[in-house]
Amino acid sequence: MKGAVIVAGYAIRESVRRRVFPVVLVLTAVFLGLYGFGVYKAYQSIDPFSTQTIGAGGLIDTRVLFSATLFGLSIFAVLFLGTVLAIFLTHAVVRGDAERGLLQPLVVRPVGRAALLAGRFGAAVLVCAVYVVSVYAASLFITHWVTGWWPDRIVLPAVELAAAIAVIVAISLFGSIVFSAIANGIAIFMIFGAGLVAGLLGQIGEALNSDSLKTIANVATWALPFEALYQDALNGITADTVGFTKAALSLGPFGGAQPAGVWLGPFVIAYMAVLAAVGLTAFNRKDL
Amino acid sequence: MAAFRAQGLAKRYGNVTALGGVDLEVAEGELVGLLGPNGAGKSTLVKIACGLVRASSGSAEVAGAPAGSRAARGALGYLAELFRFPGWYSADELLDLHQRLAGSTGGEAERAELLELVGLTEARARKVETMSKGMQQRLGIAQALVGSPRLLFLDEPTSALDPLGRRTVRGLLEELRRRGVSVLLNSHLLSEVELVCDRVVILSKGVVVAAGRTEELARPRGVEIDTGAGTKLYESARREDAPRLVSELVAAGERVYGVRVLETTLEEIYLEAVGAEAS
Repeated sequence: MKGAVIVAGYAIRESVRRRVFPVVLVLTAVFLGLYGFGVYKAYQSIDPFSTQTIGAGGLIDTRVLFSATLFGLSIFAVLFLGTVLAIFLTHAVVRGDAERGLLQPLVVRPVGRAALLAGRFGAAVLVCAVYVVSVYAASLFITHWVTGWWPDRIVLPAVELAAAIAVIVAISLFGSIVFSAIANGIAIFMIFGAGLVAGLLGQIGEALNSDSLKTIANVATWALPFEALYQDALNGITADTVGFTKAALSLGPFGGAQPAGVWLGPFVIAYMAVLAAVGLTAFNRKDL
Repeated sequence: MAAFRAQGLAKRYGNVTALGGVDLEVAEGELVGLLGPNGAGKSTLVKIACGLVRASSGSAEVAGAPAGSRAARGALGYLAELFRFPGWYSADELLDLHQRLAGSTGGEAERAELLELVGLTEARARKVETMSKGMQQRLGIAQALVGSPRLLFLDEPTSALDPLGRRTVRGLLEELRRRGVSVLLNSHLLSEVELVCDRVVILSKGVVVAAGRTEELARPRGVEIDTGAGTKLYESARREDAPRLVSELVAAGERVYGVRVLETTLEEIYLEAVGAEAS
């Protein structure tokens, strides 16, 4: 445990002292600035307190639809930026660092490989979670400042986004044992893309009421649980919203909001435990 | 108890045999040079000893503990042939990290001593990325010495050093010998090995082809005598023949200015041992 904490401290310092970290911060500031400007200008162009009648008596609350849609977009951006950061921090941890000669001096120390992996995982999750929750909170306050709207759930979506990034960190760390740095980075982005496509397919399946598409999306989101966490986070911001407004929101961009149910949490924990066990076995058997 | 012992150590990568059953022992306080051409298995042997590579068969022990075990890792220091340290660390920060990883309680005093030992006292606060390759290599040696290991594996520790840096490392190795630290020195620089090592082990194609003290491995090549009439070479003569030869020359009225007993050099021993592969 002590060894893992030492490695985590090393990894955290490495994260924040790499040159790319200020770049990520600047890009995030640019994103938040553009997001605030976009929300402000768009909000000026609508009549927020109107309700629109759809079909035979269905009502849509314009302000909620507007705010939740834009905030949902920012949640996607937070997930994307968090994924970039997670991949950046973990894609080269084992094979990449071993090929560059960075890993061997650490591995020969008594702390051992399990502590090294655990420390790297803990550090990446901590850095990414702080980042994701901070950007989530910033975009939440920007949205509220412009529109006066609060999501139905505030804390749970943030926790789920952080958990989604933790899953990506775990997958990326696992990949770093097997693949070279560049190959792993590309592979994780493709997995992230596959999760998004699954979400979009599910959305289309909902709109068309296609059981096949819904099943494909369902299986994919369980196989890649960061997508299920993202969908549940998205669902959380309008968890108490009902009627046509809710129906319109569920068709929003970048994957539909879907409740995940009570088994998602235990499943994610089990998923990461299996990844950790298989990853550690592979790492222990790996010649460096 | 030997500081390091390998018995029948073998490593295969698919169809390629990197090590084909090596027996090797490094005694306490002994400095052993590990020689061999590229691909002979030297680095593989050291990596198995450090727990970086798993042996296909055979066994290796460090200070009595199985190689790769926590106890074994705690007893050794290692400088890889190809290594890199994070560029944003200062020399002092890097040693501090390795102290914590090794569980060393030496603190600032140990760091200062190690930096002085490798001639980097002035570079204590300097970032690794601003150091020359030679400075980084000396820092690597200091890193390997963190926690006062009983056994040191140095894989080409002088490859990036200038003559002055090599001399510093030579002095350092002699100091380690004085302190009773065992060293397995993997190097291509035969002259360095000849100067500092107690014993050499020559690997070729994954097996030990020669091992022993340099003087044991050396073969007599004759006696050379400088006389007033020029240098005379007695090819079949040995060391014990030298006084008689000198007496005979003096009796014959020759003036003798110098006598040299010739033996094969480590380079010649090495080239003979690795045979056709070297040529």
